[in-house]
Amino acid sequence: MGSQRYLVRKVLHAIATLLFVVAFNFYLFRIMPGDPITILARSQHLSRADIAEQIANLGLDKPLPQQLLIYLGDTFRGELGVDLRSGAPVSQLIAERLWPTILLVGISTVLSIGFGLLIGIKGAWQRGGLFDTTSLYTSLVFYSMPEGWLGMILIVLFAGLLGWFPAGQYESPADLTGFAHIVDVLNHLFLPCLTLTLGYIGEYAIVMRSSLLEVRGEDFITTARAKGVPDRDVRRRHAVPNALLPTLTLVFYSFGFVLGGAVVIESVFSWPGVGRLTYEAIGELNYPILQGVFLLSSVTVILFNLAADILYGYLDPRIREG
Amino acid sequence: MAIAEPPVVQAEPPPPPTRRSARAITWARRRRAVAAHWRVYRRNRQGMWGLAILLIFIALALAAPLLVDERRLEPAFSTGIPFQPPSADAWLGTDKFGRSMVDLLVYGARISLLVGFTATVGTMLIGSVVGIAAGYYGGRIDALLNAFTNWFLVLPWIVLAIVLASLLGATLFNIILVIAITSWAGTARLVRAQTLTVKERPYVERARALGAGDWHLITRHILPNVFPVIFANTVLTVALSILSETTLSILGLGDPNSVSWGVIIEESFSSGALTAGYWWWLIPPGVCIVLVTLAFTMCGYALDEILNPRLRER
Repeated sequence: MGSQRYLVRKVLHAIATLLFVVAFNFYLFRIMPGDPITILARSQHLSRADIAEQIANLGLDKPLPQQLLIYLGDTFRGELGVDLRSGAPVSQLIAERLWPTILLVGISTVLSIGFGLLIGIKGAWQRGGLFDTTSLYTSLVFYSMPEGWLGMILIVLFAGLLGWFPAGQYESPADLTGFAHIVDVLNHLFLPCLTLTLGYIGEYAIVMRSSLLEVRGEDFITTARAKGVPDRDVRRRHAVPNALLPTLTLVFYSFGFVLGGAVVIESVFSWPGVGRLTYEAIGELNYPILQGVFLLSSVTVILFNLAADILYGYLDPRIREG
Repeated sequence: MAIAEPPVVQAEPPPPPTRRSARAITWARRRRAVAAHWRVYRRNRQGMWGLAILLIFIALALAAPLLVDERRLEPAFSTGIPFQPPSADAWLGTDKFGRSMVDLLVYGARISLLVGFTATVGTMLIGSVVGIAAGYYGGRIDALLNAFTNWFLVLPWIVLAIVLASLLGATLFNIILVIAITSWAGTARLVRAQTLTVKERPYVERARALGAGDWHLITRHILPNVFPVIFANTVLTVALSILSETTLSILGLGDPNSVSWGVIIEESFSSGALTAGYWWWLIPPGVCIVLVTLAFTMCGYALDEILNPRLRER
């Protein structure tokens, strides 16, 4: 019973948050300086008729509450307005750019979680040792690095000096197909992926380390040792599974935010994903795109948070009952 | 020999045992507490390294007008040759306007630290007001503010920051504002939690029974006890604010008239320093950012260890 109520509460909370985000997204672009009509009228790519049509479509000539209703309806139908430059629907533009971002962000997140957890476990288990100290400070240094700058340094190093990898783009201009194409994309993926992975590894390593340190001091670990369980098994069977819990939640929480993190990296590497789309929209104040990306990234965060809450409740009965 | 008798001075009566004001006692106690914390902090090697690096950069930022002629930073008044590698004249080379990188970095410290500190003050101000109001008043106010805080926690900060910065326009003040608006929620949650525990302590109840009003309770009892806990968080927030400013600058949302370290990186990137190999233009500002952020993080962790009772045992 308790678990069902927990689930319902979390889902309701997510829906409420979603509504807030949509309303926030609506008002943000109407309260801030530069209202939509002015920005639309300034567009050099849309014709006068297009602009008039957009104003009518979005109901910009109607009072705010009515505009909100129109916006809500449009949003739930998946209509996010049109690109001020090309006139193409924003939802279509975002959909086109989604795959490269998922590829980049997905691979680097998996890699950074894998390495981060391993480093954190090894460090915590030999607390104060050479590996622990080195990895902790390395993690801190990478954590303190602006990701965009790290990307630029890697470009200078691996693309400029060594010439091992291309400095940007998704693929070579040459028309490759099949296996050659995959290798080409992976080749282009390497540097942005390395940058993101290095940027995120530290956070996972630090959280895993402190979580494991906390578990290591618990009584059941002492009991296991007293029973004569070998050190390796104490770590693998008793300590790590319990320490994974908070780390796993962090992983899910941060999953939602990686889309935002990709903005800088995609801009630096000209990677044609959603982040790059956002970057291109900044300069010309292409607000329907900014609005669309904002909505998409908020929804991602909310969904992953919900997933984290459910997972946490499933793994830790104390949460469910409480 | 007659020595003139000194005029008899009426000995002042010893001052009656004055009662020290409550405020004086409080401040004496706080001074002792700070001194005690400092003795612990001084033994923390990580924290002392961080502090040392910070003091160097802060000194540099404060002394910038004495070290560098500000007019040489105006592109129009720059006399140097553009794109020069490091030499005896310009230790770290020059940028596209022929400005000395050393000069730029020294002034950049001023801007970057200014943004870091003021954005943090803004973050703390909003976060503390929301957190204390929610925790102290409870009930419906808490429900509302807490929901608001949780909503802000899930908004993806970078996208929100991009939207706000591009709508407001790229000035230094707006960047500071944007960073504060996008990062107060974590602080608010921390402050609220601490306020909830402090509120229940017996001395607060006693003060309330003696007739203390909300304002007195908040400023004299809640705030002084919340402050130590959020202090470490404040120091870490400065690091995050500097990183945020850099990120926004790299995306071209920096204020081109106040050349922060982030703006230098963006200028070198957009002027093709990567392909031309002008490493002296790209690397030093980033190294400065890493050093300062690292220093703030190290200080923050050290303070957290000292001030956070949950961690003190370990």
